[in-house]
Amino acid sequence: MSEIKKKIQSVLPGGAWNPPYDTSYLPPEHSDVVIVGGGVIGLSVAYWLKRLEKPRGAIRVLVVERDHTYSQASTALSVGGIRQQFSVPENIQLSLFSVEFLRNINEYLAVVDDPPLDIQFNPSGYLLLASEKGAAVMESNVKVQRQEGAKVCLMSPEQLRNKFPWINTEGVALASYGMEYEGWFDPWCLLQGLRRKVQSMGVLFCHGEVTRFVSSSSHTETTSGEEVTLKRIHEVHVKIDRSLEYQPVECALVINAAGAWSGQIAELAGVGKGPPGTLQGTKLPVERRKRYVYLWHCPQGPGLETPFVVDASGAYFRREGLGNNYLGGCSPTEEEEPDPGNLEVDHDFFQDKVWPPLAQRVPAFETLKVRSAWAGYYDYNTFDQNGVVGPHPLVVNMYFATGFSGHGLQQAPAVGRAVAEMVLDGHFQTINLNPFHFSRFYLGEKVQEHNII
Amino acid sequence: MAAPRAPLHLVMPVWNRGTRGIRGLSRAVALEGSQKKGRSLLQFLADRFYDVQALREYLLQKQVLKVHQKNRPFTYIKERFGPHAAGAYFILKQGGAVKFQGKEWIRSDAHGHFSLDFLKFQAVPVEAVNASGCAINYQGLDSLLALKELRSLWLQRCPHVDDWCLGRLHPLANSLQELSLAGCPRISERGLASLHHLQNLRRLDISDLHAVSNPGLTRILVEEMLPSCQVLGADWAQGLPSGPDEQSQDKASPIPA
Repeated sequence: MSEIKKKIQSVLPGGAWNPPYDTSYLPPEHSDVVIVGGGVIGLSVAYWLKRLEKPRGAIRVLVVERDHTYSQASTALSVGGIRQQFSVPENIQLSLFSVEFLRNINEYLAVVDDPPLDIQFNPSGYLLLASEKGAAVMESNVKVQRQEGAKVCLMSPEQLRNKFPWINTEGVALASYGMEYEGWFDPWCLLQGLRRKVQSMGVLFCHGEVTRFVSSSSHTETTSGEEVTLKRIHEVHVKIDRSLEYQPVECALVINAAGAWSGQIAELAGVGKGPPGTLQGTKLPVERRKRYVYLWHCPQGPGLETPFVVDASGAYFRREGLGNNYLGGCSPTEEEEPDPGNLEVDHDFFQDKVWPPLAQRVPAFETLKVRSAWAGYYDYNTFDQNGVVGPHPLVVNMYFATGFSGHGLQQAPAVGRAVAEMVLDGHFQTINLNPFHFSRFYLGEKVQEHNII
Repeated sequence: MAAPRAPLHLVMPVWNRGTRGIRGLSRAVALEGSQKKGRSLLQFLADRFYDVQALREYLLQKQVLKVHQKNRPFTYIKERFGPHAAGAYFILKQGGAVKFQGKEWIRSDAHGHFSLDFLKFQAVPVEAVNASGCAINYQGLDSLLALKELRSLWLQRCPHVDDWCLGRLHPLANSLQELSLAGCPRISERGLASLHHLQNLRRLDISDLHAVSNPGLTRILVEEMLPSCQVLGADWAQGLPSGPDEQSQDKASPIPA
């Protein structure tokens, strides 16, 4: 009886309209922007779109995320470091803005009546070590970093021994140490803070997977007389989790922020379907790469002042908490790349590839005990290990914000703002990310980042 | 409305209460007040009307702007009278006290007025700054970092000094000998880790830091990090249980499990 009463009340004017069956799990039928991927990059784009839009409430944004537990998302599994020690100036600028965003996170992401966020930032800095071969490159990198405003200092092996007596400086020719604004923080807190704020700003979330793009093509001629086929995506088919049901969402723009799975989303949209060597045939070169992180306990290990140390061999570690625990890992070489089909951890990799260089660099690490380990994905850009930001030249309403190869988390706030500026104004206003455009894959212009961890 | 920040701390079901362990590194944010009782009229209205919510957001923004305004740099004074005078002016304006080398302490009176005689000391460096209770924040530290011969800095009970500010103190490493951070609500052990740059530090006061999770262990680690510095406060014995009844509820054991 009360059910019938509720139904009558909902139909009468003034009541909420409840259709005969519950469709609240389905995404809306129309949305201006559909963001594929609800990780830190996708949420950052959503946040800046809602923040920079004029007038307020103008843009309807939908974020499609197929795993709300974020069990495989790179954001949640990240080690959480943030640094400005890059070689490409745009990367340094992105990181500088992101760190300012994190410092003022409670002004940017404040929601009335909710407690303030504590991202647990450790301002301990990054220490990059270089051997004889890499010393000249490191010096020129530090010069670029200083020009952009990062506070980095160079240290000789002598100074290194004075400052950090637990380091064995054999083989180290030069070290660069970030004094301010570098360190590590809690990525989960940033993710949830963004989610909470973005929901309060009116962005809709959908728990589903993008399975199809419905697009239309038009043929035009370029100025030099060649025929090009421009594609425009009209609908995104979102399949609901664990069901065969899907909802076609009519959209104006699609933002590909799917991280390690961006390559698949791009293929669905028709990026790369064409003869190889042409612009139509250039695929998005972002693929999943598995990376391991190990947590170990070393009772005689380095103390509270330990920065995020990156050895010349590529192995890295940082302090975790107060109990002499350390997190670390190493990026494998191309030949040793593990199979990215699952997130199983290979413990032999630690024994063979991570422990020896770290034990050589920090003698205290010769006695350690691995407590646990996990694996996560890099959205690895096989072309030049830098992000892809901006629209695709042929699929005109698909924007990319992916391919960051391990430094996506630390650039997420700035990349979100850049993509929002591109969407709302048509060009970048604060940080110029034109070098990160998709067309560089076709033109072969690498923007190589040397300091990839 | 109660104290300025209190209504905005009010409770909603906090869902960044992540899992414990490696992935869920964020701690559950402390809930202040209770969900059921005592929701004031303003919060009730803010839940129902966008205008009231916008008003509350505006008021929150105004508070933030007030702190920014207090921390603005005094560039004219810096250019005209030098960095020491500008730093002194900044601290006196905030309500703190300044001591120039060889002179007495200068402090503003109850109404916030102070004499501008110190502007005549052109080259006399500032030796000690007492900024206890002042609303100094990250931006405001700009004025302090220009004081290259600062020997002691007291930042007791400053509500806006946090870990980021501590990471910024390294330019004072050559001269700073005494630093007091007692009672600052936002400083945690992560910020204390960045104090290792201050190699000339001889006295460090870290008592009453509520955001530090493990005061005893933190003090031991800070003492190891700064061997020639005397560390006060955060007594390691205060975290231990007092009697045999509390042995089973030992929450503050410094040995990691």
